[in-house]
Amino acid sequence: MYKYDAYDKTIVAERVAQFRDQTQRYLEGKLTDAEFLPLRLQNGLYVQRFAPMLRVAIPYGMVSATQIRKLAEISRRYDKGYVHFSTRQNVQYNWPKLERVPDILAELATDEMHAIQTSGNCIRNTTTDQFAGVAADELVDPRPYCEIIRQWSTFHPEFAYLPRKFKIAINGAKQDRAAVQVHDIGLHVEQNSHGELGFRVLVGGGLGRTPMIGTEICSFLPEQHLLTYLEAILRVYNRYGRRDNKYKARIKILVKALGAEAFRAKVDAEWQHLKDGPQTLTEAEIKRISQHFSSPDYIDLPAKSALLQQHLQQDPNFRHWYQRNVTGHKVPGYAIVTLSLKATAQAPGDATDKQLEAAADLAEQYSFGEIRVSHQQNLVLADVQQDHLYTLWQEALKFGFATPNIGLLTDVICCPGGDFCALANAKSLPIAEAIQRRFDDLDYLHDIGNLDLNISGCMNACGHHHVGHIGILGVDKKGEEFYQVQLGGSAYNDASLGKILGPSFARDVMPDVITSIIDVYLKHRTPEELFIDTYRRIGIQPFKDRVYASNN
Amino acid sequence: MPVIIKNQTVISDTYTFYATYTEGDVLAKHSIIPVDDFLANPSLLEQHPGTIGVWLDSHHEPEALSPYLHQLAVIAVNFPSFTDGRGYSIARIIRERLGYQGELRAIGEVLHDQLFYLKRCGFDAFKLQAEKDPEEALRGFNDFSVSYQAATDHPQPLFRHRLH
Repeated sequence: MYKYDAYDKTIVAERVAQFRDQTQRYLEGKLTDAEFLPLRLQNGLYVQRFAPMLRVAIPYGMVSATQIRKLAEISRRYDKGYVHFSTRQNVQYNWPKLERVPDILAELATDEMHAIQTSGNCIRNTTTDQFAGVAADELVDPRPYCEIIRQWSTFHPEFAYLPRKFKIAINGAKQDRAAVQVHDIGLHVEQNSHGELGFRVLVGGGLGRTPMIGTEICSFLPEQHLLTYLEAILRVYNRYGRRDNKYKARIKILVKALGAEAFRAKVDAEWQHLKDGPQTLTEAEIKRISQHFSSPDYIDLPAKSALLQQHLQQDPNFRHWYQRNVTGHKVPGYAIVTLSLKATAQAPGDATDKQLEAAADLAEQYSFGEIRVSHQQNLVLADVQQDHLYTLWQEALKFGFATPNIGLLTDVICCPGGDFCALANAKSLPIAEAIQRRFDDLDYLHDIGNLDLNISGCMNACGHHHVGHIGILGVDKKGEEFYQVQLGGSAYNDASLGKILGPSFARDVMPDVITSIIDVYLKHRTPEELFIDTYRRIGIQPFKDRVYASNN
Repeated sequence: MPVIIKNQTVISDTYTFYATYTEGDVLAKHSIIPVDDFLANPSLLEQHPGTIGVWLDSHHEPEALSPYLHQLAVIAVNFPSFTDGRGYSIARIIRERLGYQGELRAIGEVLHDQLFYLKRCGFDAFKLQAEKDPEEALRGFNDFSVSYQAATDHPQPLFRHRLH
């Protein structure tokens, strides 16, 4: 993974000093609340319902065992001994003290971490496939480009006060695991027929109040032009994006207002001035960054481990876990393991300090000391020998990481919701838990198969409810919390936005509502169909009929 | 005497700022007038005995000024709010595309913590809010000693001049 050099260290150290000074001036009354607001947000610091919340960057989800230990230590010393992993592959502390945030940032900097641009109206953490570099279906490893974008976007002087936040995602595999179609800019890394690397560029996707699927504005952008082209898009957005209404300020609204063609023409006109300029990537630079992501020292192993086969036959619990939480690896004899942070009664994406330290130990013992955070809020050990899977599973069980539910209904994507977030209209965590409790029968859960359940506590959609196969949105009705259900969303290659089922529900009936939806699926499905397939074939009406007949 | 920061030093502001200008108005010797009013009266450049500068608001297109650039002593860009970032793009276009060499001044809600970015985008003069201490704000120029990306102040990105 990427290692800081002297330049990176200087920049992060100077950021700590800058924010210490800003915090001090704020506490002395020299900065007003309004003046301090964007400064603290661009350092990931929110003022929340009960306490500030600090969001720490995990660039494109890559984190080392050493860094994870540091995150654990900080959670003990400055917080309440746990953290929350977000859908932007970042990590959040829910209870830091504002005055101590500069000290936390200084601690983070000692292990090459920071909170730069994790919030605010600027370019945020670029996200990618959690299986980047190891996926069997990968065409190009997207991580070098993520790092190139990280460096370019860090303290970009022109784009620190955009109309609204700006999110970029990159995918380099056949299967889109980075939800690139619902990002402000989505990039697919591709190789053209001449063997050259480049990007298919989408703009104007996004969730939130006005969800949209991104539109392609460039079918193949050669890799050396990545930064000049991004700069052209950002400049057009910075100049012409709406600033009069925060709900209409994302780039998707501009793309829609102008039309994709006119937007593309504006970007191209701007790009003519920037193309081939100094920000054009050099081969040397791409190579320099790529070297940080070279493969670890894999050993030669048979494609199929006999030991693994033996354990799979002998232990059905292990088999369940293997089926759901282990993914094929591009290197023979290796496997990708997802550590589930979705045990029932644990807030989705939360991990205690002990769990973090256990994950660091497991990473060091089994996976070259690296961990990834997925946008589904789980942790990934990307390079595990198949021979080690059984012992790893036993270890993971001890620390509550081995819930065999990856990709299933209980692997809920969920925002912190009304329990923590000042923006939320409703609580989201109790809904997740109630549904997890209802679907606690593993055989039943496995029989239902792949199903994304995404829950957001408000229409800002941090829980990605629009792209869940089943999406739940917390709404406020005259001071009471209600929940709207959407069906048919998807964040993958077949990206789609969910359709609203109908009037919203009270919290206590939500498990029944989900059960009814599942019943309709089970009744109508053909043997090869997943939930989303059946939904697309039969449409929303049968679900509507059933849910409103039985839950009124 | 009002002051500005120019080339990272606090100096007296010799310009008079006009929110509007109509033909025939009497202007101070050194005047900054709105861009639209200037474009309606470009002959001011020859007729006015002193120096003329213009100011743009954040929605203005700087490209319209290109025929007059070499005659304008000052171009000021207004930040109606410090969170309105359009002025950063306007500045880079004025400097990097239009090649303007004169004073480029940030006016409006200009604060200590934006100075580093403003300088990087080509501003060399800054009129802070009246109640802010410009001497203290000078520290803001030195928040960072190195930057990754190209901008007006460093036309080469770090990767083209790094030592290793």
